[in-house]
Amino acid sequence: MYEKNGEKYFVVDSHIHFWDGTPANQANRYGEGFLNCFYDYHRNLSPESELWSLEHFQKQSEADLLHDLFEVGYVDRAIFQPTYLTDFFVNGFNTTEQDGAIAEKYPDKFLVNGAWDPRDGEVGLAALERLVERWQPRGIKLYTAEWKGESKGWKLSDPWSYRYLEKCRQLGVRNIHVHKGPTIYPLNRDSFDVADVDDVATAFPDLNFIVEHVGLPRLEDFCWIATQEPNVYGGLAVAMPFIHSRPRYFAQILGELLFWLDENRITFSSDYAIWTPKWLVEKFVDFQIPEDLQSEYGTLTPDIKRKILGLNAANLYDIDVPAGLGVAEPAARTAVASETNEGAMSS
Amino acid sequence: MSTAAPTLRTEVWRALGTVLDPELDESVTELGFVASLRVDGPEVRVELRLPTYFCAPNFAYLMVADAHDVLTELPGVTHVQVRLLDHFASDAINTGVAAADGFDASFPGLATGELDDLRRTFLAKAHSVRQEQLATGLLREGRTHQQLLEVRLRDLPGSTELTRLQRRRERLAIPSGPDALLMLDDRGRAMDLGTLPMRLRLARTTRVGVEANAGWCRGLLSTRYGDRSGDDVPRESQPS
Repeated sequence: MYEKNGEKYFVVDSHIHFWDGTPANQANRYGEGFLNCFYDYHRNLSPESELWSLEHFQKQSEADLLHDLFEVGYVDRAIFQPTYLTDFFVNGFNTTEQDGAIAEKYPDKFLVNGAWDPRDGEVGLAALERLVERWQPRGIKLYTAEWKGESKGWKLSDPWSYRYLEKCRQLGVRNIHVHKGPTIYPLNRDSFDVADVDDVATAFPDLNFIVEHVGLPRLEDFCWIATQEPNVYGGLAVAMPFIHSRPRYFAQILGELLFWLDENRITFSSDYAIWTPKWLVEKFVDFQIPEDLQSEYGTLTPDIKRKILGLNAANLYDIDVPAGLGVAEPAARTAVASETNEGAMSS
Repeated sequence: MSTAAPTLRTEVWRALGTVLDPELDESVTELGFVASLRVDGPEVRVELRLPTYFCAPNFAYLMVADAHDVLTELPGVTHVQVRLLDHFASDAINTGVAAADGFDASFPGLATGELDDLRRTFLAKAHSVRQEQLATGLLREGRTHQQLLEVRLRDLPGSTELTRLQRRRERLAIPSGPDALLMLDDRGRAMDLGTLPMRLRLARTTRVGVEANAGWCRGLLSTRYGDRSGDDVPRESQPS
């Protein structure tokens, strides 16, 4: 919980990792390249006071994790999003098992999500059932650009993906986090393309699709889909740290999201350990849309910030919010009506 | 240092200035992606660099291949070598471009179809962004949406933005001359009043995304390579 100027904020960090990126776990030059790429993200967007050494960035201890999130980071609940990357890292980068061991130790602090890969076919469907039974995840993290043997990626709209989504629905796993990431192959496709989210959001109206890093760098494609699909959400991983070094871009990105979606479908995250939540929460609560952009984007009220920082994710994940930490007033802001734009652009 | 006459070197740099990062819609010279440039008599060697090891290889391939093509077309140039540095797919891309194999052949079994559709998708986005910039300027001056639909390119004062819009149109093969309407869709069809405001609004979102992404890429490039410019590379750039 964070408190400033008499306003209280319940904080859900909805996208964190507990990874092993040490050289010993790097399987090949891709693993090394992946970790170093993340480290450049960290170095580029962190305030100077928050910079870590490469060694510290490669792996954090359990004590580091608890300290960074809960002792100084104001986080009430954190959600592990696994990233297996078993082709790049010997024991995987950040698996449900690694995360789950911590989550079970501190059940009042963490939730752990699972993962699946439609290329695992029938065997994977059975494994998904066991995973859900073992870890009771309320969400799944998907990484469509992940390598697997000869295959260098897949789409949500692939037939086998539909079977896995149906299995999630049957098992009551409702939150599907989609990471549209650095491409890998097939190279002629745009692997940041979010069009497949549109297909599955329509086909599975009782699942929620949380598109990580709000579809960046395809912000407009994401917004367009989210306007039409009420079960599509935007996760602020990677966009969040722009608040420090590129605050104007951050204001514009957030302003666009509030215009096309609404304040109920945007969720905060630090993307720990790429960044840490303390400074992000502090800066976000202090943040306001610059004056010259307010005529277009409006302003951020404490209630909007409360929803983004924690209440929206709490709603998705059935997390109990203590009395007095909810919103003061019902939403007053409406996004662009979905029925108005479909016809408008179809000519 | 280069031993060639400055004119060829200038021509080479200008040609590289027409090679765009398709996603960011800026040239490789503006973005600092040219790591080194050597002109020895009629032989040109260029090294390109990108913000991360995992930058999308499809876009990387387009930039390397485009650079190779524009330099090969320059009069007085007999040998061209373009190499991408420090990228997970450097070897495959460099070998494929040098052999003029095309994209598929550079990644056997890992790509289907060439990159024309991808290129067109991003050119269309780029066009809508340039168009929205010009249109927003006119709306701020007091034009109505109806008046905007009647504006032709000859009605606009010459500007870098206009030049950029025309270049994007040439690549999309849609009308780019003085008589062309400002408000055309990416297939060259005139827009109508009903859809205009929503199109402009969506183009604005595209612009925010592209600008934020370009800022992020510039930042990552400087994090990766320091703030130094590439070796032996001119400092000034021209509009692409």
